[in-house]
Amino acid sequence: MKPGKLLPYIALIIGAVVMLFPFIWMLSTSLKAPMDIFNLNIIPESATLANYIEVLQESMFIRWFLNSVIIAVITTVSVIFFDTLVGYIIAKFTFFGRKFLFIVILSTLMVPVEMLIIPWYMMSSELGWTNTYWGILFPGLMTGFGVFLMKQFMEQIPEDLLNAARIDGMNEFSIFFKIAVPQVWPAISALGIFSFLSNWNAFLWPLIVTESSSLRTLPVGLSYFSSGEAESQWHLIMTGATISVIPLILVFILLQRHIIKGIVLTGMK
Amino acid sequence: MGEGYFPSPFFTIRGYIMEQLKSSQDYDREYDKKKEKVKQKAPFFYKLRKTHKYQKYFFIFISLLLPLIFYLGIRVMPTLFTFNMGFREWNLLATGERPFVGLDNFVALFQDEVFLKSLLNTFIYIVIGVAGQLLFGITVALLLHKINRFKGLFRVIYFIPYVTSIVAISWVFQWLFMGNGFINDVLINIGLPPQPFLGSPDQALYVIAAAMIWQSIGFQMVLFLAGLGNIPQMLYEAADIDGASPWQKFWNVTVPLLNPTIVFSAIIGMITFIQVSFTQVINMSSDGSGGPLDSTISVVVYIYQQAFQQYDMGMASAATVILFLFILGLTIFQMKVLTKKFDY
Repeated sequence: MKPGKLLPYIALIIGAVVMLFPFIWMLSTSLKAPMDIFNLNIIPESATLANYIEVLQESMFIRWFLNSVIIAVITTVSVIFFDTLVGYIIAKFTFFGRKFLFIVILSTLMVPVEMLIIPWYMMSSELGWTNTYWGILFPGLMTGFGVFLMKQFMEQIPEDLLNAARIDGMNEFSIFFKIAVPQVWPAISALGIFSFLSNWNAFLWPLIVTESSSLRTLPVGLSYFSSGEAESQWHLIMTGATISVIPLILVFILLQRHIIKGIVLTGMK
Repeated sequence: MGEGYFPSPFFTIRGYIMEQLKSSQDYDREYDKKKEKVKQKAPFFYKLRKTHKYQKYFFIFISLLLPLIFYLGIRVMPTLFTFNMGFREWNLLATGERPFVGLDNFVALFQDEVFLKSLLNTFIYIVIGVAGQLLFGITVALLLHKINRFKGLFRVIYFIPYVTSIVAISWVFQWLFMGNGFINDVLINIGLPPQPFLGSPDQALYVIAAAMIWQSIGFQMVLFLAGLGNIPQMLYEAADIDGASPWQKFWNVTVPLLNPTIVFSAIIGMITFIQVSFTQVINMSSDGSGGPLDSTISVVVYIYQQAFQQYDMGMASAATVILFLFILGLTIFQMKVLTKKFDY
């Protein structure tokens, strides 16, 4: 190989080390005994799973993990269903107030979520939603971004296709589910991935709306755990971090083709 | 015909008889043709107009009902409510009325040094973060565009940080950059003085910004790879014929053609950094609330403290209104400055 061709590889390998090292160090620390953690060895002298057993027994990581899964799955299903439906209606129907509706939904994109946490919090405490699953997930049930994305894709479906189904006597609900939705599957899966990731990682709102430890999501639980129970016990903090990071990395590696395609797809719109 | 169409009894009877007979295939076929002609399209249009119009509006109404309640109740109304609160004295601990105080909250905010610091810090996070992620994103994408082997592997590696929890990553970075952490150990081993990093008011902000950039490189890389893939090879060949240097090709072909991607990723980056600046500052700063000496505090952290530690909802709401105007201004600025029309 010519040196000119080798150069990009060398640069990329250095970059890859920078990207991966924090994970390697995290994993390494989590496998070390407490007195070994300040050693520079990347491969622990005597690897032990004691930290994992301690973390899983002493704190509620499994519960937090389940909470995160439940919340991310429910919000993702809701976002996919409603955003696709609303996007379809705005793209394919004319009715009174259509433009207005679209502008309202688009304008919610301009308002950062941070601006809404105070009224949401007051609303939740008024209605008794604080410290419930519903309280954690209600703000994420629909997104303006998703409606916009799905509208862009739905507009590409030829009108004739839908009319043909109408002539054949299909009702509007089946036209949506059986004709329109299959046409935009790639966009739907991209939207699903984005929605899942952002709800899985959500921190600010779940932090505010949860009180009891058993309702925390993984990020909130990990944050409390690291600054509270496990304060300065880095072998335990790194174990908690590993527990919360590894499953998602594995899922990503399995689905990476779809995820990357999805990002490209949404970025091009 | 039209709406009052009724099939003539004659045809019905004839159809019945014919159906019973079904004597010859030929006759059947001819009969079917006739039947179609006679029926024409009247009942079809009739049905379509009547039932379909009704069904269409029913569909639209049913489908939009819940989204309408959601967007009005959970998005639009709270936004207006925030604006309203920003002009009132509104403390959750104080009972009684919440008087309208005009611009008092805003005046108080701009006299509060911590708020001004948080505004400045947020601006620095966005500027460094967006510039850093664009620079590294384009660089990695260009490098990946050059190589043939292991492309997929590198792409996965660079993308992994993007899918991992920000909270977890923040603690890992805190651990790496601790006073007696890995980075300082390495510095000492190669003969350099150890640095305070997150413990120093001068350095902490940049360590946090670096973690933000590190996490978003993969996302930017994917966007730019797609953008690069869309540039026609022809343009580079034309530039080669004109004798352009690689640098000239980059500035005159690649950058202008990547312009839409750059605008998109700058705006997305800005929005994510405003959010991330809360999560990362809470989990990375030495005291967990924007320290040391408020050197890393961001606007969102300030809002959080005002609202949920001081319970001063009026001040917090006023701060969110300023944040909103701040984002709006930056977005317009980015669109104006970054979006340029090029002629090819």
